[in-house]
Order: sequence, then structure tokens, then C-alpha cells
Amino acid sequence: MIAELSYWQETAIRVGAGLGAVLLVAGTLVYVHLFKMVSFMQSRLGPMEAGPYGSLQLLAEVGKHLQKEDIFPRKADRFVFAAAPFVVLASTFLLVVVVPGGPDAWFVNNDVGIYLAMAVSSVSVIGILMAGWGSANKYSLLGGLRATGQLIAYELPLILAVVGVVIQAGTMNMQGIVFAQAEGEIFGWGGIGNPYILTQGVAFLIFLIAMQAELTQSPFDMPIAESELVSGYMTEYSGMRFLMFFIGEFATAGVFSAVAAVLFLGGWYIPGIDPTDNIMNVLGPLVMFAKIVILTFLVFWVRFTFPRFREDQLQRLAWKFLIPLSLANIVVTAIFKVWI
Amino acid sequence: MTDITDRQQLSYIAAQAADARVNLELETEGMTLNIGPQHPATHGTLRIVAKLDGEQVIAADPVMGYMHRGYEKLTEVRTYPQVTTLINRIDWLGSFANEVPFILAAEQLMEVEAPPRAQWIRTLLFEMSRIANVVLFLGDMAVQVGAVTPVFFAFRDREHILNQIEAATGGRFHPNFDRIGGLKDDLPAGWVTETKQVMKKMRSFCDEIENLVMGNEIFQARTRGIGVIPADIGLSYGLSGANIRGSGVDWDVRRDNPCGLVYDELDWRVWTHPDGDSFSRFWVRLQEVREATRMVDQLLDGIPAGPVMAKVPRIIKVPAGEAYVETENPLGVMGYYVVSKGDLVPYRVKIRSASFNNMSITPWLLKGVYVPDIITILGSLYFILGDIDR
Repeated sequence: MIAELSYWQETAIRVGAGLGAVLLVAGTLVYVHLFKMVSFMQSRLGPMEAGPYGSLQLLAEVGKHLQKEDIFPRKADRFVFAAAPFVVLASTFLLVVVVPGGPDAWFVNNDVGIYLAMAVSSVSVIGILMAGWGSANKYSLLGGLRATGQLIAYELPLILAVVGVVIQAGTMNMQGIVFAQAEGEIFGWGGIGNPYILTQGVAFLIFLIAMQAELTQSPFDMPIAESELVSGYMTEYSGMRFLMFFIGEFATAGVFSAVAAVLFLGGWYIPGIDPTDNIMNVLGPLVMFAKIVILTFLVFWVRFTFPRFREDQLQRLAWKFLIPLSLANIVVTAIFKVWI
Repeated sequence: MTDITDRQQLSYIAAQAADARVNLELETEGMTLNIGPQHPATHGTLRIVAKLDGEQVIAADPVMGYMHRGYEKLTEVRTYPQVTTLINRIDWLGSFANEVPFILAAEQLMEVEAPPRAQWIRTLLFEMSRIANVVLFLGDMAVQVGAVTPVFFAFRDREHILNQIEAATGGRFHPNFDRIGGLKDDLPAGWVTETKQVMKKMRSFCDEIENLVMGNEIFQARTRGIGVIPADIGLSYGLSGANIRGSGVDWDVRRDNPCGLVYDELDWRVWTHPDGDSFSRFWVRLQEVREATRMVDQLLDGIPAGPVMAKVPRIIKVPAGEAYVETENPLGVMGYYVVSKGDLVPYRVKIRSASFNNMSITPWLLKGVYVPDIITILGSLYFILGDIDR
């Protein structure tokens, strides 16, 4: 059906769907994980008043933040300070474009999809550094610099973990990776395809750890570190701009989980249904959504359980453990790919 | 123990020298970071002026007094029974424990002794306020190193203790229950069995914290070897309580000089840890909560019958004289030096509160550590602002 639309109509639909994919997922994650799951972990009820079981709480929060004054610190670099949240959020929106939701339900079907994803995910570092520097606040500056060091360090294991998948799938196209998993076979048995979590389990763990660090969630939340840096690079933000950081945090968690779901959990395909069937354009996004919720559950479960690493311990984990491990994983994968 | 400190100091000197060379070339400047008075990690209004070089602390100076309420002066215009209302607010998490040493000092001056039942119940409530206080530390320490959830468990389970204290005294935080010559009231009916149930809950809370926080590798990595206080340095700064027992000094006023409380009749032990780092201070406090629950159990079993109030005049005039009584409070040794001129009001009261002395080691301890460790160390020293500023 999409083929019958004109170019601009199709583009409009894809852009709208992309916005929806980020914001709806972020809203769901805030409600399901931050408001409810964590509350139950901490023996509280969470929001209960706004809407049934507090389900409209997020709307109330957004409304509250929209009304707030947009405060600029007197010594802030006004342009940089104002632009920073947009840069961070832009990184998330750019990241989601490569994530496919079905055989035709994609935003951009690009042959270098995962490469593009890894590239644009680093853009958020610039936004965070801008926020840290532009705030003219010492806590923000420390937080921004910590974030930069951390995000650069964990970018490497993240990319190296992906390389294993790319070698095995033989393509950098996200859609291609899904098809490779859907059509794969486990020792000649193709009942559930071959999700790469089975063969790339190590890479999956590395990806999850590096993802946790990229999202600056505990135990890697040194840049925000409420108990020491007040709120890190977000300290001086209020109102709408704070809300953008806040939504960006959850939206990025959702989008990174979506990338992980495509790479390791088989993406949108359902075993037993032909992946090119038109019904997958409806079911695929739902499957992806379920996988995103499961993966982000892990992220937030860990976040609210573990204490945080110190800066040096965090760097040591990345450089001395994760990067060598992911390099070894690449070597092993390559050997299997070439000779076996 | 000493090696770790030496290493800390040496690495600091080496880093300083290296930075001095860099500074000559690049002329980088240090940064002064004001931690507090409004800061999430300072439990109130403590201010720490830290001179930073990158993330390393060159010098840190605690600035106290933002919450000074002048209790020592105020006691001079309050009658003796009125003073307990004030001193309740010194360490607001373990309030009953603040009243006891003052009342004991006044009793010493008046040469009154509380009846045995009152002494037992005093000791009982004293230990319960210790649990109520330190339980919060156990959760809060996890927050300081970045885990959010344990503190909610601490608040949840502290509620049971506070309910019991409220049932007995009428006040959750500020019981104001201790009187010269005994206690305000006897225990309510059924309180003993309920409290035994609560002690079981507190023990399971301790197990939970041990699994969730103390056994966590990241927590250990963050606290072991951080903020090492050698025993001699700790003693010279006047540290007390779990802070000095965490450095391996076996000193507990409850055992060494129980004066008026019935610790002699209980079967318990003093916990110490040889390392002197943040982890050992946490460990000692956890063991002390466990020990306190056992002591409360024994106290509940052994309360003698009898009155809870000795014969004292209706209008209390304390004879002239001086008395100093100190007890092992949740935060450390707390003492009251009471001078009386035979009046309705004390002539002078000097309060020796534990946190003030425990705080005084921070400039020495924070030298050369990283910013995240400031918070770990401050958290593990466990002070309460009311106890510092009085």
C-alpha cells in the first residue's frame, strides 16, 4: 500500500511514525519502569491519582514542566545552554531511523544502518558536553566532563560488540540482520531462526553493559551522580529543557534497546510466520515493543539496584576488560565464519 | 592498614609533583568546589570547601555552624525537666539516647537513683533508638555510593521501631520520656511481645542489607581502602563510636563505664574491625544493629517489676556541684558536663556531641581523595547535622 503513495506522503508517514516510536515508547517506559516497577521494588505504590493507577501522571508532569519558567544562569553561555537538550534529543531521533519494525515498516532502509546508528549515537556526547560547559556551574562541568570520558570509553566496546553480529550476518543493513536471523538455522533446525543471542551471547552481554554506560544509568551514572554532583550536567536546567533531558534519557533507553533487540533477539520476526508476509508490518512493531520493554526492564532493574562505579573503576572496566573481551569475541566469530 | 594510608598519601604527593610540572607549562588552575550548605549529600547544612585539581582534592575544609541553635546557652534558662525537650533535637534520629546522659548527670548531682525497672526500660529504649538511628545509616550509605533502593527498605523497617517507641513514649522522634528519678510512664500492655516481633524484622532487615549492599562487589570496590583512619590518628582527633571501633580500637562506653544503665547484666560483645576504611565502619554499624536487637531481646525478657519513678521533689532543685556523664550514643560518645549552683536551672551545660569530633578528622582524611570518595567518606563517618552544630 505504501508503494502507491507519493514520495512526500510516504516520508510524512515515516517521520510521524518515527516521532511516535520514540515518544510513545519513552512514555511507556517512564510509566511502566520508573513509575511502577521501581515503586514496587522500593515498597511504594508510585503515582495513583492521575488517571487509573496513575497512568496519566506523565501527562501531568509534562504539563507542569511546560508551565515552568525557562531559567538561564546569569553567567551561562546562552546559546550553548539553550541548544544542548536539542542536540541530545536529536541524537535519539537520529538513532531510531535505522530500527526496522517489519518488512516494510522501516524509517530508513539503509545499507550501512548499524554503522549510522553507532555514529549518531555519539552525537549526544556533544550535547552533554555543551550542557556541562554552558551551564557555568562547577557541578555541571564535572558532570559533563565525566560523561564525555565515559561515553567515549564505552562507545568502543559497544561498536566492537556489534562487529561480531555484522560478521555473522554478513551485512550492516538492520533489515538484513533481521532477515539473516529469521532465515538462520540452529544446526540445521530452522524452527525459530537463529537469534544471535545464541551465538553472540558474549557480545550481547558486552552490548548490554556498554549500553547501560551509554545511557548513563547506574552503576555507570557517575555523570549525574545525585549524591555528589547534585544532578551533573542537568543541574541548572529547569522546565521544558529539563524535560527534554528527562525524556531523552528514557527515549534513548528505548531506542538502544530496540537496536539490541534487532541485533541479538531477532528483531521483529515471529518464528513460523513468513517474514515477508504483509501481516508482519502490523505484528512486527508489537514484537519489537515487547522486546524493548523486556530489555529496558533489565536496564532499570540494574539501575535501581546497584551502587555506582567510581570514574577510574569505570574506565578500568571498559579498557581492561570489555574491550579485550569484545576483540576476542570478534576474532572467534571471524574464525568460525571463515573456516566453519 | 597503615600501608593503605601511606599509599594514599604517597600517590597524592606523586600526583601533586606531576601536576606541579604540568602547571608550570600550562598554568592550569585549581577549582574551588563548595559542597553544600545545600547539597544532597550533606544531610542538612554542612558545607565543605574543597580545592580540587581535576577530580582530586587538594584541601577540604568543613564549615560548620549553619544550623547552630544555641542549645548550650538555652539550657541555662530552662529548668531541668525542660532541658530534655531541647536536647532531644541534637541527634534527631536517636532522640531518646540524647536525654539519658543529661538525666543521669542530673541524677548524679541530686544523688537520686532510678528504680531498677526504670533503668532497664531506659537501657531498652536507648538501644531501640540506636537501632532506629543506625538502620537509616545502613540504607543511606548505599545512597551515598549510588544505590537508590536500600534506603527505602531502611525507611520501611525503621517505621516498625518508631511505632514501638511511639507506643511506649507517645513521640516518634522526640520522646521526651526520661525524667530525673525514672521515667514518665510504664510500658503499655502487650508492648513486650510486639517489640519482640519487631526485633525479628530488624534482624531480617540486617540480613537483607548484608546481601543487597555489603555483599555487592561495586559497593566493596567503592568503600574498601577508601578513607582509611589509622587507630592512633583516629584517637588523636577524638573519634568515637563505630568510627573508632572500625579502626580496631576496642572502646565502648557501654561496656567500660555503663553508669546507670544495665549493660553489665546483658550478654553482648563489642564489635571491631581492623581495617579502618569506609567499609569497616559500615560493617561495624551493621553488626552493632544486630547486637542491639539481641540486647533488646534480653532486656525485654529481664525487665524487673516495680515502680518506674523514684521519690523526687515536685519542684526539682539540683544541689550545687558538677557532674559529667557520657554514654555510647548511636553516633558515638555523647557527654553532658552539668554545672549547678543549686538553682532551678543549670548554671552551665557543656554538650560533648559525637559528630562534632567525628567531623573534625575530615580535613586530614579528605586530602588526596577523588570527588566521589568525599561523599563515601562523609557518608561512612555518619554524622547528623544537629549533632555537629547543636
